[in-house]
Amino acid sequence: MAAEAEIKNLTLNFGPQHPAAHGVLRMVMEMDGEIVERIDPHIGLLHRGTEKLIEYKTYLQAMPYFDRLDYVAPMCQEHAFVLAAEKLLGIAPPPRGQYVRVLFAEVSRILNHLLNAPALALDVGAMTPMLWAFEEREKLMEFHEGVCGARLHAAYFRVGGVHQDMPAGMADDIVAWADAFPKFLDDMETLLNENRIFKQRTVDIGVVSADEAMAWGFSGPMLRASGVPWDLRKAQPYDVYDQMDFDIPIGKNGDCYDRYLIRVEEMRQSVRIIRQCLSEMPDGPVMTDDGKVGPPSRGEMKRSMEALIHHFKLYTEGFHVPAGETYTAVEAPKGEFGVYLVSDGSNKPYRCKIRAPGFAHLQAMDFLCKGHMLADSVAILGAMDVVFGEIDR
Amino acid sequence: MDQASQDALEELGAHIVSQLAAAVIDHNTANGELNVEISGDGLVRSMKVLRDDPTCLFKSLMDICGVDYPEQEKRFEVNYNLLSYKHNQRVRIKVRTDEETPVPSVASVFPTASWFERECWDMYGVFFSDHPDLRRLLTDYGFEGHPLRKDFPLTGYVEVRYDDEQKRVVYEPVKLTQAFRTFDFMSPWEGMTRQLPGDEKAEAGEG
Repeated sequence: MAAEAEIKNLTLNFGPQHPAAHGVLRMVMEMDGEIVERIDPHIGLLHRGTEKLIEYKTYLQAMPYFDRLDYVAPMCQEHAFVLAAEKLLGIAPPPRGQYVRVLFAEVSRILNHLLNAPALALDVGAMTPMLWAFEEREKLMEFHEGVCGARLHAAYFRVGGVHQDMPAGMADDIVAWADAFPKFLDDMETLLNENRIFKQRTVDIGVVSADEAMAWGFSGPMLRASGVPWDLRKAQPYDVYDQMDFDIPIGKNGDCYDRYLIRVEEMRQSVRIIRQCLSEMPDGPVMTDDGKVGPPSRGEMKRSMEALIHHFKLYTEGFHVPAGETYTAVEAPKGEFGVYLVSDGSNKPYRCKIRAPGFAHLQAMDFLCKGHMLADSVAILGAMDVVFGEIDR
Repeated sequence: MDQASQDALEELGAHIVSQLAAAVIDHNTANGELNVEISGDGLVRSMKVLRDDPTCLFKSLMDICGVDYPEQEKRFEVNYNLLSYKHNQRVRIKVRTDEETPVPSVASVFPTASWFERECWDMYGVFFSDHPDLRRLLTDYGFEGHPLRKDFPLTGYVEVRYDDEQKRVVYEPVKLTQAFRTFDFMSPWEGMTRQLPGDEKAEAGEG
């Protein structure tokens, strides 16, 4: 006769230094055997007080902080901030500036998905895609380096345009890359899409219905995987997205596998946008000609006293933004990245709240993982696409 | 922003005001965005109406954001940014409060509000009543104070370092090797947003 054993729930500490935690996440998990009963994520281990720091910086000085939020796709964050400031200022960048921004926002999107899709595969046991994807990421980072001098923390977008035009010959390099890139995606999909282990670990894991996804504030691939056709690039287009021809992939089942498939398809669509940007991009300036916002050219500064004064004032005092408030959101690769900017008419933001998509997604961890196995929580977290730079801020 | 969407926004604003009736204190559209200020008491009911009313259908709460205006009597403003997928509209609900008065939690209407409210409590010390789990979120374990308040110094009060002798992390009061520098870049020439030092004397003399 078997003795009746007393069974107690086990509390498990996951992280903060766990390779599958995608950064510094600590989760206190209450387990019933191998089944997750409750998860309490502890975040804030990477909190740097970005919002407080921005209140003490001019608009130009505040901009590079946005690279350091989601450091996997830096330019999309910059995009949200400069759009918010432009909305309050009532200015728009010249057409070429808008095209360059959209081009690099899409490069950022591919950079992000190139990290996340193989990272999910790595979390569930496939190593090769990660190694291949990093090679592709490296090629894209060379484009980053070409336009702004930095591989990761670009600080390329400016209120009123972008810092500099692309160097000569870069457009051809990007076209050559865009020709070769779909081949890589095909290879990666051959490894993963019908892979038995990959599918066993992701199909029907972490299923979210459309209503639940909306109630939990999901956005981006997390929302679209649940079958909600919503993409800010289509619904509330900014810059020149309304002139681009691209499709939005939608999932059916709302599980981890759909999220992965959507990210892969989004990369193909991003390549389409990049091609259109390059072929339709007009000539002209990339920065607004408003002398109170955009700096004068170096040559002008050598000749014109007014340009010299403008330069000096812009880089010490900065420009003043009219009092007002705005919530401006962009479709970052992870979802809706919003900036709630309050200006009091001075040269510094009065308040700059950053709405990170990962924050809302990670919050649902408890809801998503309840009743799943411990190993599934890793797959769910991997498909969620969290980066702690933006969640902890 | 074109006229049609501006009209649609104002129509939506009028509809929201008629639906929420007594709870609404003020509403306006600025920068192509709709702001509705409502009283704290009617917040939960208003959120339910905004979520379920067929002309609103604000299914997602995208963000909750605190703002601190220390010179005002009700110093904190809590902003709820809502999004309607059906009508492709956004609205911002504002609730004003002071340090003591709690704001009712909307976590029962939007589950996603839970963490955003915890963050707001952490950063500003705005208390949310009926919140299921109002703990600090982003700051360190055992942190004191509310860092995003305007009267909280940028450098904070404590710093941490690893002490090699005690073999643990120790907390110490902040010691700045160089005084904290703030430069006043406000231009006296143009874009001037305030009086120059001494201007108030001239005005007082005239009056």
